[in-house]
Amino acid sequence: MTTTDNTFIPLSEIRKPPVPDPAKAPTEDIREQLFALEDAGELIVQRVPEPYIEVMTKYGRTKKIPEQMTWHHKSCGQCGHIPGYSTSIFWLNRQFGMSYMDPTDQTSCTAWNYYASATSNAVAQAGVASRNFAAAYATGYFPMIHCGTSYGHYKETRHEIVHHEELRHKVRDIMGKLNKPLVMPEEIVHYSEWIHAMRDRIAERQVRDFSSITASIHPACHYYKLVTEDAIYDPDIYGGQRTATVTGIVESLGSTVGDYSTFFDCCGFGFRHILVQRDFSRSFATQRKIEVMKEEANPDVVITHDTGCVTTLDKSQFAAKAHQRNVGVPVLSDAQFAALAMGAHPYRIAQLHWHATDYTALLEKMGIDWEAAWAEFEVDLGRLERGEIEYLSWEDADA
Amino acid sequence: MTVTSPPSQFTALPGGGIAHGSYADVPYEDKLALWEEVKADARFPDYMYGCYECGICVAACPSARFYDFSPRKIAQAAAREDVELVFEQMNDDVWNCSQCFSCNRCPRQNSPGGLITLLREVAVRNGLTTAKDALEGYGRVVYKIMTTGTQISPDMLQPDAFPDWGPDVEKTSDNLELWRRALPPETLHTTEMSWQVSDETLIELYLIWLHSDVMDMIEQADEGLHMIILDVMEETLEDAGYEV
Repeated sequence: MTTTDNTFIPLSEIRKPPVPDPAKAPTEDIREQLFALEDAGELIVQRVPEPYIEVMTKYGRTKKIPEQMTWHHKSCGQCGHIPGYSTSIFWLNRQFGMSYMDPTDQTSCTAWNYYASATSNAVAQAGVASRNFAAAYATGYFPMIHCGTSYGHYKETRHEIVHHEELRHKVRDIMGKLNKPLVMPEEIVHYSEWIHAMRDRIAERQVRDFSSITASIHPACHYYKLVTEDAIYDPDIYGGQRTATVTGIVESLGSTVGDYSTFFDCCGFGFRHILVQRDFSRSFATQRKIEVMKEEANPDVVITHDTGCVTTLDKSQFAAKAHQRNVGVPVLSDAQFAALAMGAHPYRIAQLHWHATDYTALLEKMGIDWEAAWAEFEVDLGRLERGEIEYLSWEDADA
Repeated sequence: MTVTSPPSQFTALPGGGIAHGSYADVPYEDKLALWEEVKADARFPDYMYGCYECGICVAACPSARFYDFSPRKIAQAAAREDVELVFEQMNDDVWNCSQCFSCNRCPRQNSPGGLITLLREVAVRNGLTTAKDALEGYGRVVYKIMTTGTQISPDMLQPDAFPDWGPDVEKTSDNLELWRRALPPETLHTTEMSWQVSDETLIELYLIWLHSDVMDMIEQADEGLHMIILDVMEETLEDAGYEV
């Protein structure tokens, strides 16, 4: 297209949507409600500690992401079945010398009993969230949520505590029985938002070349669909029309983002389905996600940012391969991907032996001799077996 | 024009509606009471605003692709307050939902996924047989969450539970204790829970369960499971000096 003075304007510029104006946001800014409740003596708002990084959310508002002094609200599935995920998050914090806390005074959000079996209720769920937030507040460290479901669920819970007085008072009574105050953090922060905010600094510390890697992105539903309000969006990434989280770090590390038509589909996890109706999860993960990615982008890896997504997309491929389906793409979290870029060990830190789909070709493309790395890890296991060391330490992992 | 009777699987109701065949034996008043319970929930107004019947939720829904399931029908039945259809959905449809909340893209700001959360909760709280059936085989999961505060513990990775995940599950299971010790974060050296949770934290969790009516829901869903969880909680709380 040309203008009247014959200046060429690329189509992408014409179609580029405007940066959202927070004054025209279709939703309330719930932080204002939180501060009003704090002024009324109803609850305490834990402030984001400085220094923090400012990012833009869906409707153009600014969100503060704390650099450090973070209280890591761990994820059941990450810690239980893909522990290289959590380990990589901690490793990244350690590499930057960030002060953080890995608490034992933390339960899961228990949303498995909410989204899967419905054997909980709004008061109990708000009580669990508030107990965890009060525990973080007592330490002076700020909650950083590892699980996408906990992140989304806590945003739902925040809405309920703010807008439903009766529920708020019930929860406050329960907190009183625990000798704890009712606390809400100023921002609900997901770890992947920290990675996104830190992406340029991560790229500065990159020691492995990822430029030949094509990665397809799967955004977690409970990150940006459950409560859309404060997920990160960026006009420079997808024109601000999709969440920028995950895509931002992959691009910063020099990899190609392999786009595909079922980007917005879920992974098929389904909560109860992944445990008791897995035929659905397997079918959806492979037919609607992995096979479409393979046909349209042929990626070397899928990068996502939630527990269930890594699990479902990775583990579902074994059965599909047995049926000669077009699958076979390793699945990593953004934390593992970033850690590997910064030189993390693929087994001591990324713990890839807990993953199911063959990842060795990806490691070779990253310039990692996976056979030598596994041999090193086997030496560690031998030392553990012989009792020479009780646990693998952070120092051992970086040796 | 010939006036015919309703098909034999339907029963005409005093108000002019029809009872759906599968549940015609359930009194309308019982169905109405369940619906009133759904509507009385404080979250209901946040999830239901009306329905354009545009079908955007169906287009986004993963379960709609693989099951005879429609989030639009869920929203429609709720908007019309179709008590009979809601009851049928409460029994036959709600457990198919993936709870991904892709349906939240509704232009009317409905949340069919949120409505389903409410419908499921009411079904469990009232001990509907279909809810008990849906939760069959799920007891261990509920037990883990309620007693340890974590779920998806490492020791759940057993080959007989996940045969479709390939031979690596057996390898992980065989090496579990060793591989857990090969994790640098100190809180992850666990096999029965996802991370180490302190005793004091568990006591606080149990107190939340006891003060939020959750145990009543568990009792309705599974009496045996309720007794087991209650035993664990009572023993821990009594040891800590709490009167239960």
